[in-house]
Amino acid sequence: MLIFLLRRLIQACFVMIIISVISFAIQDKLGDPVQQMVGMSVSSDERNQLRNELGLNDGFVAQYWRFAKGAIRGDLGTSYYYKEPALDVILKKLPATLELAFCAILVVTLIATPCGVLAAIKPKHLLSRLLMIISSIGLSVPIFIIAILMVYIFSIELNMAPSFGRGQTTEFLGLWQSGIFTKDGLKHLLLPSLTLAIALMPIFVRLIRAEMMEVLQSEYIRFAWSKGLSARRIYFIHALKNTMLPVITVGGIQAGTLVAYTILTETIFQWPGMGFLFMDAVSRVDTPLISAYLIVVGGMFVITNTVVDLIYGLVNPTVRLASHGL
Amino acid sequence: MKIKVILACCLALILCNKAAATTLRVAFDADPISLDPHEQLSEGTLQFSHLVFDPLLRWKQNGQFESRLATHWQHIDSRTIRFFLRKNVTFHSGNVFSAKDVVYTINRLKKSPDFRAMFDTIASVSMIDDYTIDVNAATPNPLLLNIMTYVFPMDKIFYQGQDQIIKYGETFASRNVSGTGPFSLISRELGSRMELKRNPNYWDKDSIGNVDQIIMTPIRADSTRLAALLSGDVDFIFPVSPIDIERTKKIQGIQLVTLPSTRILLLHMNQKRRKEFQDVRVRKAINLAINQSLIVEKILKGYASPAGQLSADRFLGHISNLEPEYDLTGALELMKQAGYEKGFRISMMAPNNRYMNDEKVAQAIAAMLARINIIVELKTLPKAQYFKEFDDRSADIMMLGWQSDTMDSNNLFEFIIACPDAKTGLGAYNASEYCKHSINDNIHQANREMNPERRLRLMQQIERTLYEDSAIVPLYWQSLIWAAKDNVKIQDVVNDQNYPHLGDLFIEGK
Repeated sequence: MLIFLLRRLIQACFVMIIISVISFAIQDKLGDPVQQMVGMSVSSDERNQLRNELGLNDGFVAQYWRFAKGAIRGDLGTSYYYKEPALDVILKKLPATLELAFCAILVVTLIATPCGVLAAIKPKHLLSRLLMIISSIGLSVPIFIIAILMVYIFSIELNMAPSFGRGQTTEFLGLWQSGIFTKDGLKHLLLPSLTLAIALMPIFVRLIRAEMMEVLQSEYIRFAWSKGLSARRIYFIHALKNTMLPVITVGGIQAGTLVAYTILTETIFQWPGMGFLFMDAVSRVDTPLISAYLIVVGGMFVITNTVVDLIYGLVNPTVRLASHGL
Repeated sequence: MKIKVILACCLALILCNKAAATTLRVAFDADPISLDPHEQLSEGTLQFSHLVFDPLLRWKQNGQFESRLATHWQHIDSRTIRFFLRKNVTFHSGNVFSAKDVVYTINRLKKSPDFRAMFDTIASVSMIDDYTIDVNAATPNPLLLNIMTYVFPMDKIFYQGQDQIIKYGETFASRNVSGTGPFSLISRELGSRMELKRNPNYWDKDSIGNVDQIIMTPIRADSTRLAALLSGDVDFIFPVSPIDIERTKKIQGIQLVTLPSTRILLLHMNQKRRKEFQDVRVRKAINLAINQSLIVEKILKGYASPAGQLSADRFLGHISNLEPEYDLTGALELMKQAGYEKGFRISMMAPNNRYMNDEKVAQAIAAMLARINIIVELKTLPKAQYFKEFDDRSADIMMLGWQSDTMDSNNLFEFIIACPDAKTGLGAYNASEYCKHSINDNIHQANREMNPERRLRLMQQIERTLYEDSAIVPLYWQSLIWAAKDNVKIQDVVNDQNYPHLGDLFIEGK
């Protein structure tokens, strides 16, 4: 186990180094940060001087070395726009994104599970067929169209929810500014989290349905029926439990999609989270912030994957990790 | 920390209870990058300056000057203007405004990388008494008053000693602010929200402005911004995308206000990269093949004015009978005469998120040039990448938009037309690499010419030469389009430079 952990850590470091090199290498292709910082009438000499001061005229290796030295100490550079350490800026925006993702996942779990179960138990039922049709449409409609429809229906026509922003926030346990404890904040959370949920939902409905159908065919379910257990107990306790394992695994993999979707959702709803911050940074050519974001997100993936692998080993000791060539 | 939160809650309660307070919620596409008015010369910064600071004088909607912190002024000689300052004005910090603050501000402007180019012309500022100053130009300068509209006096006592201007670092001035303006800053969350409240001690008691509180949110996406207005979440937005205009117009309770701006869109034909462009007949043919009116009508839905020259009609260099021309047969004939009947291939670059519908306009131009057998390989880029390519002169034809800082033609000529000169910065945006010494001489002379009539002749001469030479392709002046709820009387406060004077904004029935 210890050897596995060690190997895993070395591997994670290696991945992080590659991520940092790539995220640093693309900086040059994103445009000229100095162009964004100065007015049009500033002469090229002065621009060049500013570039020198920022160290942008140094070679790639020199720039990367400087960056890597800082990164080891936890310093991912200073955002040009926010004028604060890039890591601090990102961590400040993290709660907003987490709250949004959390609400979306909650909605997905609460709606997708019963829908998937229903579609599996009664595959020929009209409602199940309708669900399947809706979910295939849902899979193929881009998220921004869903978002625009949401805004049009719920905020412009019905005037039920605000169309952008995060609303009123309160301090939560002195840890972060949260929007889920005020009415206004919840109202603001409604549309973006629904959009995100709708974008993620179809795949889960289909997955739960497929898995559940398979489980329902298995021996122990047939045994349970013959034992005379109630239908509810069989479906929701015995079958669902085993359905959920692969679903959770796939859910973990879907985390990447979630990150991509939060970027889109936050941009459309002007949600002040990490995704919105990232898009803003790209348009401002705030290169330190862009690199820092990629590294933070990359780091989050690496950590999740490592933890998932560890949990696998703990849950099912027959998975001999060390012998998996890792 | 906790005390702060409680205080903030109390403040919020007080603000909520005062139901009579008039709040204006604004969503623009950009916000100031800093609270320091001298850090960046951008629209966002100047809009902010007009709220929290106050200029010595400002442009009225009709193009005249309006006195603000300077009550009046007097030309002493060709190089000196004497400004008489307003008394009984205080800064938000409580300090009293006087001549020392103006002197301090102008000296600071001379040090700002972005504003320095404009303020280089001012040799010195001297205090005559506490409320009178003399501004001395190094050479006779006809645009001294235009430049002085950029002077927003800063609180000397408040800033002094901690007033360095750093582009990429945190400074006292980029985080703290004290001006004399109609509003003072309450809170700011960089990039997402800014809250201001009316300055109770504002000197301008005659103003009909009744806005007590402003909440500004930068919203970059056109559709989100419009949705915010339509759903009632904000009261006033800028800009509105041309494709949304017709729809917005039909909605009850919403008003659209448009003004022709002085921002010119144009194409540079690089004569260094392409020998074909050195032939005036080819340049003329390109000018004739591009149908400005059609572009304006079809792509910009009429929200621009087709241009046949650089100077907008309120500028001195404008020649009223220079209209954009479109003549396809004439263009083909010229191409034939120049020996390019079969045409040639060229590259073209344009931004795709900088100017109104810029990408579509560029595509239309490529199609128009194809009709005279010039095959255009078009590449459009986001502005963050585009202007780097522009500086490198990476394509044969490049698109550029330019707004004159001084509201004067010569600013256009200096940057877009003058022979490129890295030392002086002249011609920095001349991607045509067009260079004519007679024009350069005229530009220099126009900078010193104090006689308005002679100056007019110089500028018009430049404009005429450019036209005859077909040096560039002028496209159009794009309009500014704002939208607001009907009860928000924005038509009285918006202007062609897009610095709405929100201090004078009147909101009805609230």
